[in-house]
Amino acid sequence: MAGVALENWKEQYRDPAIECMSRDEMSALQSERLVKQVKNVYEHVPFYRKKMDELGVQPGDIKGIEDIGKLPFTTKEDLREQYPFGLLAVPQEKIARVQGTSGTTGKLTLASYTQKDVDVWGECVARGLVMAGLTSADRIHVCYGYGLFTGGMGLDLGAKALGAMAIPMSSGNTKRQLMCMEDFGATAFGCTPSYALYLAEAAQEAGIVDRLQLKASINGAEPWTNEMRKKIESILHINSFDIYGLCEITGPGVAMDCIHHKGLHVYEDYFYPEILNPADQTPCAEGETGELVFTTLAKEGMPLLRYRTKDLTSIRYGVCECGRTLPRIQKFTGRTDDMKVIRGVNVFPTQVETALLSMGGGVAPHYMLVVDRENNLDVLTVMVEVDEKYFSDEIRRLDELKEKVGAVLKQALGISVKVKLVEPKTIQRSEGKAKRVIDNRNL
Amino acid sequence: MKNTIQQLSVFMENREGRLDEVLSALAEGGINIVALSLADTSEYGMLRMVVSDPQMGKAVLNDAGITAMLTDVVALRVPHATGSLSRAMHHLVAGGVNIEYMYAFANGSDAAAVLKSDEPEKVVELLRGNGFEVYGADEAYKANKWDVSQ
Repeated sequence: MAGVALENWKEQYRDPAIECMSRDEMSALQSERLVKQVKNVYEHVPFYRKKMDELGVQPGDIKGIEDIGKLPFTTKEDLREQYPFGLLAVPQEKIARVQGTSGTTGKLTLASYTQKDVDVWGECVARGLVMAGLTSADRIHVCYGYGLFTGGMGLDLGAKALGAMAIPMSSGNTKRQLMCMEDFGATAFGCTPSYALYLAEAAQEAGIVDRLQLKASINGAEPWTNEMRKKIESILHINSFDIYGLCEITGPGVAMDCIHHKGLHVYEDYFYPEILNPADQTPCAEGETGELVFTTLAKEGMPLLRYRTKDLTSIRYGVCECGRTLPRIQKFTGRTDDMKVIRGVNVFPTQVETALLSMGGGVAPHYMLVVDRENNLDVLTVMVEVDEKYFSDEIRRLDELKEKVGAVLKQALGISVKVKLVEPKTIQRSEGKAKRVIDNRNL
Repeated sequence: MKNTIQQLSVFMENREGRLDEVLSALAEGGINIVALSLADTSEYGMLRMVVSDPQMGKAVLNDAGITAMLTDVVALRVPHATGSLSRAMHHLVAGGVNIEYMYAFANGSDAAAVLKSDEPEKVVELLRGNGFEVYGADEAYKANKWDVSQ
């Protein structure tokens, strides 16, 4: 089986009434849900009652979605302080499941779901699966990790809501993944984009691509570029889609891109997005980059008001070529966390990836940034794997390649970069999130 | 018969034991090294070899996780006579071909100079046209292979 070319694509919708709703109707729906949600959290979550009282905001002040700016923010630190169950808006016996993410500090960020929250989550993922051209007849190989991490469970719930077959592989053991993919006739798979590329390369090396029945992949949980998507698509002959989510809001299924890949459609009937200036939290204009902030409009277990995701993006309204009116957030410029300030310049790993891939097929999209401080100066080294086809027996050619990479990166980042060519496959491929930056500075 | 031979080229990062790993992989795969040249830069090395079976050599290295490629080169037969390499080079310069790199190995009664050029066929033509001989693949891959029973 194979991916479908854009001109032959037939768009399908799981919930056209919502996905293609007019802006006025959507605003009315959001307003109704926000008013109800604010009243709910004020009554049931002491944390929010206190925050709103401090700001002098009462539930009655929120008359519609246009009043959202009056509400307090929620931060990751708030979630840590309220860990594990401080933000529940329902009695604990109503909680059907918890999911979480491992924090770098060692403390988890935990999210609690009622059964209805779980159903909504599955429904949102299912909308995305349909957007990827899948139906109840499909077999979805899930090689996201299962466990507290939302990836595995999210795709699984989506498959269940769709009525498709889930193959709960979880992550790791690439050989076994490929064997099962072939034997069970998976028609789609979900995992992080870096692992998708790793799997694609492994399938190619094993010479089994033609024996797979894949037509789509759903990849998220880390930033990736269109070039990386095209590479995965061309190796496996499939269509790949970007899925976004975070466990605080629900997990994967908050937003997903359609076949036109012009941004990720946000399921704004459940998750209301704002883009705010990172400096003063004032709203950004349409198309302007800022921090993505979410309010969960219908969540029961752990509703959040204006949760600051630290993800930087911009948003576009207006009807997409796919027919959906759901607004689109652009691929992330990065997370405020991943951003490295090197010699005063903000550097995001995704910028490096975009620059490397813009060079054409020569350099594989596997790279690692190493930041050092030598004699009080920041030094950025980019380790780049030399693709097999670019590898030359002539040192002159390799030096030219190195210079070209250096020039492209300097152009993209605005700072000079040391380039180190490394042997193919030497940079570790992650089965979870790819580690792209090593910061050796003791700041 | 093809007049160029295949060289096995390996890109190696400068780290301890890497050369040993490459050579071990070839040894375990039963690949004999006829000739080799190791070029080094501050960051990496380039190992170029004429081996008994280039295709197999590449496969053996790939299986060991080492990236190798095959390059067409010309092995010029250089008689053990003063000035013979010089004369050959003179013809190549006059013929306008550029030699990227070169290394040599002795082979009993004569020697071989392995030449890399962007135009290997033209190199062969120039050399032959001026009375020089080039090694055929089978001959080059088996060069210096002594039968221990003798």
